[in-house]
Amino acid sequence: MSPEPLSFVWPLAGGLLVGLSAAIYLLVNGRVTGISGLTATAIGLARGSPRTLGFGFIAGLLVGAALASALIRRPEVQITSDLWLLIAGGLIVGFGTRWGSGCTSGHGVCGLARLSPRSIAATGVFMTVAGLTVFVTRHVLGGVG
Amino acid sequence: MNRLIVALLCGLLFGAGMVVSDMINPARVLAFLDVTGAWDPSLAFVMGGALIPSSIAYLIRRRLDAPVAADAFHVPESRRIDLPLIGGAVLFGVGWGLVGLCPGPALAALTTGAWQAFAFVAAMITGMAVFRLTLGRET
Repeated sequence: MSPEPLSFVWPLAGGLLVGLSAAIYLLVNGRVTGISGLTATAIGLARGSPRTLGFGFIAGLLVGAALASALIRRPEVQITSDLWLLIAGGLIVGFGTRWGSGCTSGHGVCGLARLSPRSIAATGVFMTVAGLTVFVTRHVLGGVG
Repeated sequence: MNRLIVALLCGLLFGAGMVVSDMINPARVLAFLDVTGAWDPSLAFVMGGALIPSSIAYLIRRRLDAPVAADAFHVPESRRIDLPLIGGAVLFGVGWGLVGLCPGPALAALTTGAWQAFAFVAAMITGMAVFRLTLGRET
């Protein structure tokens, strides 16, 4: 399933919002905006981070997404995965992001910005593996995802 | 400045970014990852756009002794590339490539009411809990 073509202005503007969020959170609260870490913190699965901040950030994320959907851009969520694929994917994303200490936001947006060698390595690996996974499911096996 | 208010505000910006950028739509993310198919460059613009303010902030940070509203910076300082980092990134890459959802967009997608987002996030939190009870016991 291919989404409708999208002007680059939307992803660029959305990316700037995400980067602005990371910038303010770093300079004011002194922390990285890694969503896997903040999620684990919010639900009490991470040590050493203040739970209320994780909870506040995730609550804000949900409100921000709802407000932007109502006021700026009505999103379309196209998912073809069946229940079992969603469960399998969710489980390994949850486990993997905690084991690897981050996801697209923590390693990608914050880690690359500060040229962290760990984040550069992690981002290179998960981007490559995700690309290979899509190649196998779409072009080798044919239409799983 | 109240750190909880700042967390809420930053979450608000991040969540709006997920919708405005259309990263909330897994089909768009998969179209970026599908380099040999009908490639969609959107995710590259999101990353590029995000890295501009983020990089500037990390440059400013070098000149600051402490953040505005906290006693110290809590930014990971380790430089060690080890098995957990790479193993975790491999697993995350597989899951991301299978469904097209990573944690930020998955949470944002909950607000659309799509049942698939609820199933994915429930499984993701379960995966985090499993890590906490197994490999993450002592960390």
